[in-house]
Amino acid sequence: MATTRDWLLADSPTSRTQAGAGRLYRLILGLLSNPLTVLGLFIIAVLVTTAIFADLIAPYSPIRQNLSVRLQPPSWEYLMGTDALGRDIFSRVVHGSRITLTIVLLVAVIAAPVGLLVGAISGYFGGWVDRVLMGVTDIFLSMPKLILALAFVAALGPGINNAIIAIAITTWPAYARIARAETLVLRNSEFIAAVRLQGGSAARIIARHILPLCTSSMIIRVTLDMAGIILTAAGLGFLGLGAQPPMPEWGAMIATGRDYILNQWWVATMPGIAIVIVSLGFCFLGDGLRDVLDPKNGESK
Amino acid sequence: MAAEAGWFFATIFLTFLGLLAITFMIGRVVPIDPVLAAVGDRASAATYEAARQAMGLDLPVWRQFLNYVWGVFNGDLGTSISTGRPVAADLARVFPATLEMATIGIIIGVVLGVPMGVIAASRQGSLVDQAIRVVGLLGYSIPAFWLGLVGLALFYAQLRWVGGPGRLGIFFEGTVPPVTGLLLIDSLIAGNFGAMRNAFWHLVLPASILGFFSLAYIARMTRSFMLDQLSQEFVTTARVKGVPERMVIWRHAFRPIRIQLITVIGLSYAGLLEGSVMIETVFSWPGIGNYLTTGLFNADMNAVLGATLVIGSVFIFINKISDVLYRVLDPRAR
Repeated sequence: MATTRDWLLADSPTSRTQAGAGRLYRLILGLLSNPLTVLGLFIIAVLVTTAIFADLIAPYSPIRQNLSVRLQPPSWEYLMGTDALGRDIFSRVVHGSRITLTIVLLVAVIAAPVGLLVGAISGYFGGWVDRVLMGVTDIFLSMPKLILALAFVAALGPGINNAIIAIAITTWPAYARIARAETLVLRNSEFIAAVRLQGGSAARIIARHILPLCTSSMIIRVTLDMAGIILTAAGLGFLGLGAQPPMPEWGAMIATGRDYILNQWWVATMPGIAIVIVSLGFCFLGDGLRDVLDPKNGESK
Repeated sequence: MAAEAGWFFATIFLTFLGLLAITFMIGRVVPIDPVLAAVGDRASAATYEAARQAMGLDLPVWRQFLNYVWGVFNGDLGTSISTGRPVAADLARVFPATLEMATIGIIIGVVLGVPMGVIAASRQGSLVDQAIRVVGLLGYSIPAFWLGLVGLALFYAQLRWVGGPGRLGIFFEGTVPPVTGLLLIDSLIAGNFGAMRNAFWHLVLPASILGFFSLAYIARMTRSFMLDQLSQEFVTTARVKGVPERMVIWRHAFRPIRIQLITVIGLSYAGLLEGSVMIETVFSWPGIGNYLTTGLFNADMNAVLGATLVIGSVFIFINKISDVLYRVLDPRAR
């Protein structure tokens, strides 16, 4: 066992695999040393597992109505109670994890590469390309995100796909800023000059040498942004602009519980607790990742 | 200095134009036909065409955009189809309600958030620090509308500590002549202390919830600024000289971060205007956020875009102002 450890932590790795494995091992060690980060990892793991095995975990159907048991308080039979249409809230929250995970992943998959590319191009070429691209980025950055997303969804029409697009439109600028800052540092380094001397094209340099080096700060930022994305998506769902009924989206579920909040508190409260726990999980993990991967760059939000 | 001021106004102007371009584009892709909405679906083709020309919709896009910008600069945001009044007048009427709530919110955020951040930094790693860190992260993880609903269920329905939705109880409705639009001040001017108490009773819960979110952000940022300062050599020197720890924290470490804090407070004030959209919806607070969401439900695009424009402009303005303040006040950045 000790030999594996030594191999992983070797100061002068002899192969690329060893260096990569060693880096991953150190990262995991760093993450596991902070209890809040471990808690965050655990929450995300539970979320992912729940989303994958939702059909097996949920005791009832998330959409079938049963009016004879409407608005039941939490009990052993209905862990989180039932809503106004007699649907089991626990089953709906479990299935809702799929929607939340889908939204979060899709926004990240759309927004992060766009921001990364815009920022890298802007930083690499400089000059008027930089000025134009960063001008557009700054305009988006200095606008209120939620309001912009609201206006976009209002124009595109309500629905979960449009909500995802609207949120992605409002998230990419922050990534472009980060990628640009990283690129500016890398641009004049010697190994980039070496590639350029070998005749590497700009596209090749950006894609093969600059973008990979921006990923770690990007991962930190995306993880920290996850909570905000979840909250925005839930907010859109709450206003009826995101996921449409009968989809068990957490924000939309809170909206259905709004009319019963004074007497049947559980209808609106339970999905909200799910949102808080999952968002906190991403925050804890993001904080931990930043401490390990980027210790000098403290708070920056 | 003159060049800098010129650059400042140029960026504000460009950003504002960008905002206008976005609202204009959104207004154009909307599937609602504004001509049809104006003339009704029984109008003849000739009437339709005449109305289209009167509304300037037959012009090329760039001319339409210029007309739009010209209109906005002259205070014309179109007419709301749900209230039947100019959107600009509607917004002027509802804005003070939001302003009042956000202002009380930011006061709560600053008064509690700054000391919390300082305490957390001065006892880095302690249990207090961890607790404050979690409170800060909760501010990023709790949906505002959900906290509003839970707050209503607990403090209004169960405990009866605070007033319910709205700004005033029915009993006091219409007893306060509007002067500034800020109910606390208007009722004070009118000497109507019953209404003032009632207004405060209604304001306290939504403002506290808003305050919590700014508190979370302010405390987090204060903590990190303070940590920066406390690791500086002049702080160590002060400690070595035997300056009491309280003096070290408040006089040596806290003083230099006041400038950075102004920026943070400005940003979070702007953020509260945005946060009030969800809170106002939950509390039926007759402010700009409520106006925006009501517009959304009624497909009242002029109202939605007008409110977006106003919130966006205030946001941009505060953003840039705190940027400039930072540069003017910080001798290193000059």
